[in-house]
Amino acid sequence: MADATPSPPPAVHRLSLRQRLRRDKVMLLLTLPGLLYFVVFHYVPLLGYVVAFQDYQPYLGYMHSAWAGVSNFTSSFADPAFWSATGNTLKIALVQLVFFFPVPIALALLLHSIVSDKVRRFVQSVVYLPHFIGWVIIVSIFQQILGGAGVLPDLLGQLGLPRYDMTTDPDAFPWLLALQVAWKDAGWGTIIMLAALLNIDRGLYEASAIDGAGRWRRLWHVTLPGLSPVIVLLLILNLGQILSVGFEQVLLQRDAVGPDAGEVLDTYVFFHGIQNSEWGTAAAVGLVKAVIGTALVLGANTFAHRLGHEGVYRGADR
Amino acid sequence: MEKPTRAGLIGKGIVLTLVVAAVAYPLLGVIGTSFASQSDIIRSPGLVLWPDHPTTEAYRTVLGGGIVTHALLISIGVTLVGTACSVLVTIGMAYGLSRRDVTGSRFILMTALFTMLFDPGIIPKFLTVKELGLYDTLAALVMPTLVSAFNLVVLRSFFMNLPEELYDAAKVDGAGDLRILIQVVLPLSKAVLAVISLFYAVTYWNAFFNAMLYLNDSENWPLAMVLRTFVLQGQSLEGASAGESLAPQQSVQMAVLVIAVVPILCVYPFLQRYFTKGVLTGAIKG
Repeated sequence: MADATPSPPPAVHRLSLRQRLRRDKVMLLLTLPGLLYFVVFHYVPLLGYVVAFQDYQPYLGYMHSAWAGVSNFTSSFADPAFWSATGNTLKIALVQLVFFFPVPIALALLLHSIVSDKVRRFVQSVVYLPHFIGWVIIVSIFQQILGGAGVLPDLLGQLGLPRYDMTTDPDAFPWLLALQVAWKDAGWGTIIMLAALLNIDRGLYEASAIDGAGRWRRLWHVTLPGLSPVIVLLLILNLGQILSVGFEQVLLQRDAVGPDAGEVLDTYVFFHGIQNSEWGTAAAVGLVKAVIGTALVLGANTFAHRLGHEGVYRGADR
Repeated sequence: MEKPTRAGLIGKGIVLTLVVAAVAYPLLGVIGTSFASQSDIIRSPGLVLWPDHPTTEAYRTVLGGGIVTHALLISIGVTLVGTACSVLVTIGMAYGLSRRDVTGSRFILMTALFTMLFDPGIIPKFLTVKELGLYDTLAALVMPTLVSAFNLVVLRSFFMNLPEELYDAAKVDGAGDLRILIQVVLPLSKAVLAVISLFYAVTYWNAFFNAMLYLNDSENWPLAMVLRTFVLQGQSLEGASAGESLAPQQSVQMAVLVIAVVPILCVYPFLQRYFTKGVLTGAIKG
């Protein structure tokens, strides 16, 4: 939009910085509170990572706490619980990627294939809803259905089968999490897929139908290739987030399965740092996670931008 | 194209019914259980879809002035104040960054957008909140999540897509930047502002993490923390609420859940019309 307007008169370029600041005074002042927020709550905390190199004592503060070199890092790398948390994080992320990732795609294909507008809109309204429900509520609801005194164990009991409680089974923990994520966000995830489906050229379907392609062949040769840029893009972005599997969700249910199965990197940092006041080691682990995580996200983002050019990113920054 | 086959239709029908049931059953079950009496709960453990002897005893227990009532008021207050602050700050920033010729706007925009790619982490955020003296204050529920970069992007791109002529005409009439914002831009943005407000409101309403991290004093707990303690961890509400309860523990717990979900169910129909567009704008820009 702004690019399309004729270039400003040359006089504008000759304004000094001071004059330009005066001209943009109101706009910049309006921006200020937001900028201040981002600096104070996103950039300043980065300085707090000095704690990772200190034997931090809250009553002494950053200034007076003793320096500890890299001993915080070496001691956490020597802690088996750290490696167990890393393993759990990767396991949970992997299960989510394999089990949850295809669900919105399948659901979107199904929704897209419904001819009746009314039915489709109704189903969409229903499946989008859980996205707006908080984790505490969702975990409580699952507790009620799958937990010890819940619907499923009772049903199994009535059928004469052993009463199985999924919420306390350490082996099932990644699956439980994936199930909850699917319940909460599968519908929401279809939004972007449905938009991509609408962008597929109708002519391709007609042409392939004339060529004698059946329903499934068209799905395979027209729909999926049409979706693939978006799918690849989302997959890469998900891989970037691999170290940050749902913190709230895990934290709420960690106690039920025990730390051996329920500890992820984020909860490790939380319990060591904030609950046990082991500030230095927790910050060290957090720093490692943040650096690897940021590198993954940045890498994934760059990669996705490159791949996604004719997918979601078409018309970007208009 | 040819008509769908009968088998295909039936198959789709079954799958869709299952999908809708998977979402609807738990929600309806929670509502049903909150009205259930002791005998209903013994008859069907877990969730009671349709109580035979409906009673509002659970709600009377919960809303009778005990800890849940208190938490409810806190949640409502934090949601209202938080949403108002967030929306105002987001409007200011989105508008200030909506024109490319503003000095330094590109740098400021990047400063904001870059935060989408990294997370400062739990410990440094906690220490920052503590250093700022926000620990154990209600401001800690709002300040650390004041602006969402996502909402900022959505609003900014909406402002940028308003016709250039509007700005020009207003300028010719002698209006300053602030006047243009208030008299021209905002009246045209009611719909998108409604969506963003609702997105913020839902976030504040559901917020659990900030409360758990920054509030030690249970006096300040919002509803989500009470839910965690009394529903998930199963601690008894009785001691905290006024008097003896006649309602079964389980329906009391479900009543708290219903109270936490109802506001979302109320705003959802309004939210729904807009969010597809909002999500797609955000996804394209992000």
